[in-house]
Amino acid sequence: MKLLTLNFLTCARKTCKSNAAAFPLHPKEAELEQVETDMNPLFIKNILPRLDWEAMKTLTTELGLPNLPAETPSDEELATDGEPSQTAKDLHTLLMETSIQSGKLVCGNCEHEYAVKEGIANFLLPSHMV
Amino acid sequence: MLPTPSTSHVNYDQIYEPAEDSYLLLDTLSSASESTFLKFRFPFTTPSPLVLEVGVGSGVVLAFATANAKHIFGRSDILALGTDANEHACRAAAHTVRGAATEHTRSVKPAGIFGDCVVGDLATSLRQQNVDVLIFNPPYVPTETLPSLSSATQDKFEQDSHLLSLSYAGGHDGMETTNRLLADLPTVLSERGVAYILLCNQNRPEVVIAGILARPGGWRAKIVGSSGKTGGWEKLCVIRIWRP
Repeated sequence: MKLLTLNFLTCARKTCKSNAAAFPLHPKEAELEQVETDMNPLFIKNILPRLDWEAMKTLTTELGLPNLPAETPSDEELATDGEPSQTAKDLHTLLMETSIQSGKLVCGNCEHEYAVKEGIANFLLPSHMV
Repeated sequence: MLPTPSTSHVNYDQIYEPAEDSYLLLDTLSSASESTFLKFRFPFTTPSPLVLEVGVGSGVVLAFATANAKHIFGRSDILALGTDANEHACRAAAHTVRGAATEHTRSVKPAGIFGDCVVGDLATSLRQQNVDVLIFNPPYVPTETLPSLSSATQDKFEQDSHLLSLSYAGGHDGMETTNRLLADLPTVLSERGVAYILLCNQNRPEVVIAGILARPGGWRAKIVGSSGKTGGWEKLCVIRIWRP
């Protein structure tokens, strides 16, 4: 599961939905994988406003990845002379090419652990927790 | 006509096989009227739209929407995600979407961006009010009972038939699962969000639409695609739900 996808996911329990602690989910015992993909600079530029930057910073810190800039990069920082800048390339690597292959995702509110196996996260809850 | 994504790798013993309902969704999303609506709704100067298919199954619909993003949404910088209660479906759908997007990129123009398929119940794992385009081909066949999401059986054949039943068995009026999703729409869709939901005649689409129009918050709903010439239960339609 791509790190980008984590920006859109939260704990599946109804009682956690409106609780700020339920996002982002915290990776635990995560095995990361790096898969090269073609970069779409327009996508990187237009997905940035959709990211919760603080959450992405938390995520990279927890995964031991290089620190993100303090603030969301501006459009100017994403291109140099019309070509994707290093910042844009780094974001592409982080969001699109880095994925969690196995491990757990833990809710910061209820502490429920969701398993990630073979790159696929499972958010089905046991019936007593629905 | 836009090409239908290949699903030749999908095991139809445990995953819903693309059928008339899937193709109606493809035709509706790529119709002139819907792509005009969507282009107007998501101008290319705005942040990337998040497209979520709930119950992604073989992935044929999400793959089509992703590969043909430019035609459908007027922009290729969309992010596609899928959910399904069936883990096999998630795996197969990811394969389908990646394949279609790669094929499209090779032969024509940039395709949309595929994120992931995750195992889950409807849109419950998505952050609130983040989904811009929600697509749902629900289990719409009226059945006596609604299968539970998990099955305890160890028997391979029974496991497979349980997984398949999740893809079609809709309980009372075929609406039990769809009604849960409809109730969640205000917390799932973004302000600019749009939902496309497939219904059959026995789901009583006119009642569903009236229910949505009666909600507070200025919700709109209308039929934007239909198929099936007879008046039987197999007559299908796609309704679009949105707030102007």
